[in-house]
Amino acid sequence: MFYREAGDFKTSYQEDNQTFPIRFDRYRYYAVLAVGFLVIPFLINDYWANAILLPFLIYAIAAIGLNILTGYCGQVSLGTGGFMAVGAYACYKLMTAMPEVSMFIHVILAGGVTALVGVLFGLPSLRIKGFYLAVATLAAQFFLVWLFNRVPWFYNYSASGQISAPERDVFGILITGPNTQAWATYLFCLIFLTGSAIIARNLTRGKLGRTWMAIRDMDIAAEIIGVNPLRAKLSAFAASSFFVGISGALFFSVYLGAVEVGEAFGINKSFLVLFMVIIGGLGSIFGSFAGAAFLVLLPVALKVVGVDWLGWPTDIVAHLQLIIVGALIVAFLIVEPHGLAQLWRVAKEKLRLWPFPH
Amino acid sequence: MPEQLLFAIEVTLNGLMAGVLYALVALGFVLIYKASGIFNYAQGVMALFAAMTLVGIMQGQVPFSHLINAVFGTEVHHFGWHVPGVVAILLTVGVMVVLAWMVQQFVMRHLVNQEPIILFMATIGLAYFLEGLSDLMWGSEIKKLDVGLPQGLNAWIDETTFNLFGYGFFIDNLDIVATIIAALLVAALVAFSQYTKQGRAMRAVADDHQAALSVGISLNFIWVLVWSVAGFVALVAGIMWGTKSGVQFSLSLIALKALPVLMLGGFTSIPGAIVGGLIIGVGEKLFEFALGPALGGATENWFAYVLALLFLVFRPQGLFGEKIIERV
Repeated sequence: MFYREAGDFKTSYQEDNQTFPIRFDRYRYYAVLAVGFLVIPFLINDYWANAILLPFLIYAIAAIGLNILTGYCGQVSLGTGGFMAVGAYACYKLMTAMPEVSMFIHVILAGGVTALVGVLFGLPSLRIKGFYLAVATLAAQFFLVWLFNRVPWFYNYSASGQISAPERDVFGILITGPNTQAWATYLFCLIFLTGSAIIARNLTRGKLGRTWMAIRDMDIAAEIIGVNPLRAKLSAFAASSFFVGISGALFFSVYLGAVEVGEAFGINKSFLVLFMVIIGGLGSIFGSFAGAAFLVLLPVALKVVGVDWLGWPTDIVAHLQLIIVGALIVAFLIVEPHGLAQLWRVAKEKLRLWPFPH
Repeated sequence: MPEQLLFAIEVTLNGLMAGVLYALVALGFVLIYKASGIFNYAQGVMALFAAMTLVGIMQGQVPFSHLINAVFGTEVHHFGWHVPGVVAILLTVGVMVVLAWMVQQFVMRHLVNQEPIILFMATIGLAYFLEGLSDLMWGSEIKKLDVGLPQGLNAWIDETTFNLFGYGFFIDNLDIVATIIAALLVAALVAFSQYTKQGRAMRAVADDHQAALSVGISLNFIWVLVWSVAGFVALVAGIMWGTKSGVQFSLSLIALKALPVLMLGGFTSIPGAIVGGLIIGVGEKLFEFALGPALGGATENWFAYVLALLFLVFRPQGLFGEKIIERV
């Protein structure tokens, strides 16, 4: 009923293999983009930007990055927080070293730096796999956080050991610093998210993505049919770290503005992003969005219900949040290992046939 | 002997003691991994939960008092009695058994035959759940735990070494007790798995689930048993660490320290957990002692991981682990 395919004819392979083959679906995608780019910037205020929209956009980029590595290539990483820190510190060093260059370029360069670091820490993945690797990526997490804490060069010898974003602009519009406009920061992050999603989607359905998925499904078999595991795993680490680095750079420069590395990029951040990927759906770009939205909205919703409506102390709500998140992770793994994305897929299947069951 | 060398020896000894405590946490991991192939990230939080419960029972705290007060507007905090240490420990063991049963009933039973990495992520979820639960149940403030273990500087060692070398070694009594208890615990675990019927069944399950099932061993029961034993080990570790540095959230982070210990020693080996614990304990103390000042200190945060990582590149199964054989 809602998803009509009747009359939606494909006459070329290209049309048959597009991301949204059903016309209604495609138009809905354009509509979402239009709302995101043309409507929300005019309605946005500081609260919405800082409490919900900016974290959602930034975490969604990080989730896309981790999803490439974990969901598509099967290499579980617990080092996401550390790689986000690399992006943040790379961005900071670039911003202070080259003030006249546009923020766009800084953020992308920060992603590139993170990709290099990611490849470096991805090297052991050729020998070890599974949770041995998951634990090995913790080495990246702890080492990188320690490094940024202890080597003064990274924070420009500032007295507090923190890094704080100076004012930088894109085409004369301030993006970082204390005097930004909500709509400008929002659009800046949205552009990066849209770009990331499109690039990730096309990477994962191309040749590279197929080699990743072959490695994920069975690495030895993949090697036998001619996939080069070295190239596949390291490219996954590079692509994943690139997106994670971008999200780290945005997280620091646009969202927080000032960062203490152990607090902002600690081990909990790694788990948070991993949870987004699990709840949203492993191996799905839409899942990264859904998971990020879910875990950004959950604390806000709990706070509204628990603190504002019921008047409970905040620490109880914080504990409840841990319990709920933990239970949800377990529940999703048991009931729907492919996460919210799979629920969405099932819903779409049903809607295609509705109101007829077959 | 020169001062530096003596100091290094003292650092090594202290490292050995710390390593014993790491090994204690790692033991819980190995038990569960061997019997069910699950890498239990929640082991550290189980230690926290056990220690919190122990303190709560000893002091007669009302569970969930904070939540109850918030919801009903009451003012309940304590039952007003104090439970002696031994009784409280027994009660806590009971709580850990119930926890093991619940984990088995509500989580692990539904995840049989899943990939190891899915199980691992499930235990991360479990860790979050337990962390929230223990905070909600007993409150999140730092608590003092005292079940009567000796603490503080061991005067005898200090004096003897001072008379011998002219330099007194600082060794904590608690560390010595922990070492003895850990040795006893390992001996008891080995005896349990070698000489009792349930222990043999446990080893059979560890060897081959399906074969064990086909000779009439109840997987569910064995898994509850294994999680209970792991809960007990967590309780022992929780008591040690809790007495040493207070019962608080950071206790659960010792799990993160136990992970490199396991990687070094091999996931499937009890001796591996012990040797790995000692290597990591000594290694990180000596490294901090030798190179810490030059590198800016606090190298203990990552040394264990980097050591384990480098080691794994050359020997992926760890020191004592079984060789990983894969077939297509």
